[in-house]
Amino acid sequence: MSERMRHGASIGQPLTRRDGPAKVTGAARYSADFHPAGMLHAVMAVSAIARGRVVHLDVAAAEAHPGVVAVMTPENAPTLAKSPDEKDNPFAFRLDLLQNSGVRYANQPIGVVIADTLEAATEGAALLSPRYEAEAPGVELGGGEIFVPDSVGAGTPTEQGAGDIEAGFASAATRMEATYETAAQYHNALEPHTSVAQWDGDRLTLHTPTQALWIAKGRLAGLFGIPEGNVHIVSHYLGGGFGSKGFISSPQILGIMAARLVGRPVKLVTRREQMFGPVGHRASTRQTLKLGAKADGTLTALDHHTLTLTSRHDDFVEACGLIARHLYASEAISTTHAVSRADIGTPIFMRAPGEAPGSVAVESALDELALALDMDPLDLRLKNYAEVEPITHRPFSSKALRECYAQGAERFGWGKRPKQPRQMRDEDGLLVGWGMGTATYPAGMMQGEARATIRADGTALVETAAQDMGQGAWTVLAQIAADGLGLDGDRVELRIGDSDLPNGGLAGGSTGTATSGSAVHAATQAALAQLEDLAVNDRASPLYGAGNAGTVAENGRLARRDDPTRSESFSEILARAGKDSVEAKGTGAGEPASRKTYAMHAHGAVYAEVKVDPDLGQIRVTRLVGAFAAGRIVNPRLVRSQYYGGMIWGVSLALHEHAVLDTRSGRVMNPNLAEYHVPVNADVPSLEAILVEEHDPHVNPLGIKGVGEIGITGTAGAIANAVWHATGTRVRDFPITLDKLLG
Amino acid sequence: MSFPETGFPITLTVNGESRSLVLEDARVTLLDALRERLDLTGSKKGCDRGQCGACTVLLDGVRINACLALAVSHDGASITTIEGLADGDVLHPVQAAFVDHDGFQCGFCTPGQIMSAVGLIREGQAGDDPERVREGMSGNLCRCGAYAGITEAVLAAHAAMHAPDVLPGGHLIEDAA
Repeated sequence: MSERMRHGASIGQPLTRRDGPAKVTGAARYSADFHPAGMLHAVMAVSAIARGRVVHLDVAAAEAHPGVVAVMTPENAPTLAKSPDEKDNPFAFRLDLLQNSGVRYANQPIGVVIADTLEAATEGAALLSPRYEAEAPGVELGGGEIFVPDSVGAGTPTEQGAGDIEAGFASAATRMEATYETAAQYHNALEPHTSVAQWDGDRLTLHTPTQALWIAKGRLAGLFGIPEGNVHIVSHYLGGGFGSKGFISSPQILGIMAARLVGRPVKLVTRREQMFGPVGHRASTRQTLKLGAKADGTLTALDHHTLTLTSRHDDFVEACGLIARHLYASEAISTTHAVSRADIGTPIFMRAPGEAPGSVAVESALDELALALDMDPLDLRLKNYAEVEPITHRPFSSKALRECYAQGAERFGWGKRPKQPRQMRDEDGLLVGWGMGTATYPAGMMQGEARATIRADGTALVETAAQDMGQGAWTVLAQIAADGLGLDGDRVELRIGDSDLPNGGLAGGSTGTATSGSAVHAATQAALAQLEDLAVNDRASPLYGAGNAGTVAENGRLARRDDPTRSESFSEILARAGKDSVEAKGTGAGEPASRKTYAMHAHGAVYAEVKVDPDLGQIRVTRLVGAFAAGRIVNPRLVRSQYYGGMIWGVSLALHEHAVLDTRSGRVMNPNLAEYHVPVNADVPSLEAILVEEHDPHVNPLGIKGVGEIGITGTAGAIANAVWHATGTRVRDFPITLDKLLG
Repeated sequence: MSFPETGFPITLTVNGESRSLVLEDARVTLLDALRERLDLTGSKKGCDRGQCGACTVLLDGVRINACLALAVSHDGASITTIEGLADGDVLHPVQAAFVDHDGFQCGFCTPGQIMSAVGLIREGQAGDDPERVREGMSGNLCRCGAYAGITEAVLAAHAAMHAPDVLPGGHLIEDAA
């Protein structure tokens, strides 16, 4: 379906969330809220060592505890149809499913206790008192062999560049080089990874949160050796994912295995501290930026090298260098990655994977270069504005970044910024600093399908196994469906979050709305085409013979495109045809030719104000203004919330989040929400997100780019630059904490 | 470990309704009693150690983390959970304000945020000062980052509940998606 979508009645409206009433009344049921009859509770025991093997578990003590029904260990765990280390998807986790006694990271599951009550299962898990044969772990970034990975991130090339980087530096009037470090981060969705699993013979019914229902279904079918159709996953509401629920993790599958072992429904909820290992994280990075520029600021060389960490047993590599491949024009660009292995849980995609840590390094480096050139940081970015994608020279499908820079700067008051640091104080004597950064994220698409049914009663049903993890799929897919069908939103029933529905792609990578939305739109057009077919071939219809002119759907009626007075309601068309409904499927996917021709990215500019206590080093972000352009905005209220959320993650990357590893034991030392800091309400200042208009005729028929991740990029760098501007101290080790300002 | 054969009988008034139960285990938290035994799953468990606030309920009118309270310690107490806020189909002003101001995304922390907001407004400490609202709501984490909407919602609800001549009414609960 390549026709441009009409500007509809619903798309673009700031509707409140369709799932809002359910969520504010407690009626929305998340996975752990299900309680099938006869359900038992399962609790995992996890490893206290990072490398070695378990030599003893006190199974007898656990079994003797009142209420304990079974203890699952490698001795009795159900065998699987394929090795948990075998990947059916290049990014699927290698799993730890009690198939052997080995330990490859701290907090790895090593046993599961199943009991009548949660309390008994919890006590039983503690009674297992594991003994280990421990080996010394290696967990440090750059520890051990450093190698060049085959690919990074979602299968993108490890190295990419353009021009002669040495010549670029040779011709530079000003050069800078700096190394930036970012901390290991854990997604910490508020909802823990959970399974409520029930087997009926070889059929599985599962309540589990997943960002990709069909990928999870395929993974489970493969592991348990059953047809995909035998796996039914229900996940209507998902309590945050951020990438950690993109691929089903070991704890979720252990709950299913426990249910199989005992032959009863089982609920397993990962404990918060157990989420620091088996469910993914963002690895720490060390990034070296080398920049060369002419005296007027024109970049002659941009060299971005990333060293990061992956697990000993798996291959995910944080792709920090991607951002430098398309953000700034430079005569020469080099982006490279290297990685070392560690005895840690495997890292995985985490909100703006690659781009988030990459952006904070690149934006800090640009700021340092601006200082060296005595240029305004915004002017430096404008000087190196990429008119085409720098390495590929492809035109952008759309790029309203100039407008973002301008509107954000105007709103923030950037023009009044003194160039030198430590120039501004507030009425309380706090140092005030202003910084900015460029935001960007690719406008990718997955492949998804949807089904639309137009019913004789004048309503419609739209179905796709898409997932709402807070981005608003319940609302925006209904808006897209309503406009596609020419129906009021309240006449459209939407079903999502169920693996029996057509594959809705992935709620991730900022692809969800673009993909499932395109699929929904295509399905509605295909269903309308069937309806049109019925009408134009029916002599009794006012639309008879309108085949060439075509029809448009509006207010539940089809009308001749060339004569809107000749129309007929959906109900009338179906009634005369003697049909209850028409039904059609549609696909949403990137169009290969235009994706080859054009570079597709969302862009933005973020401006930050911080205040720093000159004596105590305490840092507060006091103002954030972001201006973003991401194609057509389906629902401005919900899009603004996505930008805010991303910007808060930027605050978090810059100032808060840091998983601290004990290098001797290999354990995370702060595996809880009191010591692993994420922003609380009081950490979040006045936020503003400006929705900059952008029309994209190429990205997909709806013109939609994703908005879930871009807010982090730009923001973290803007804050780092504002901290420098306030204090004159450049901190290159993230998060920026007060000790680093005082030291 | 052994427990009395008779278990631990307790009675709670939950959302105005007297609920008696016999706990077989003294370790049952108030949160697990609500979620696993009384089928009130609106209150959420995010951390089980009082750090995230997703389990916030009102205990005798005061907001607490239900995961840190033992059910047996609160025999006779009156509990209000998210399920007890709306008046039939009419949302409580705080619930309505959360919808209007998009004070949530995934919704998992939302029951706790809303109960905390009801408690905060009742405490009368924050008034219409956004800074104090942010501080007063900082025991409730939102990982999606809906804080701007949460703060706006609490301020709007506070205003609605304190406006003279205006009944604290909300919106009709529409059909859930």
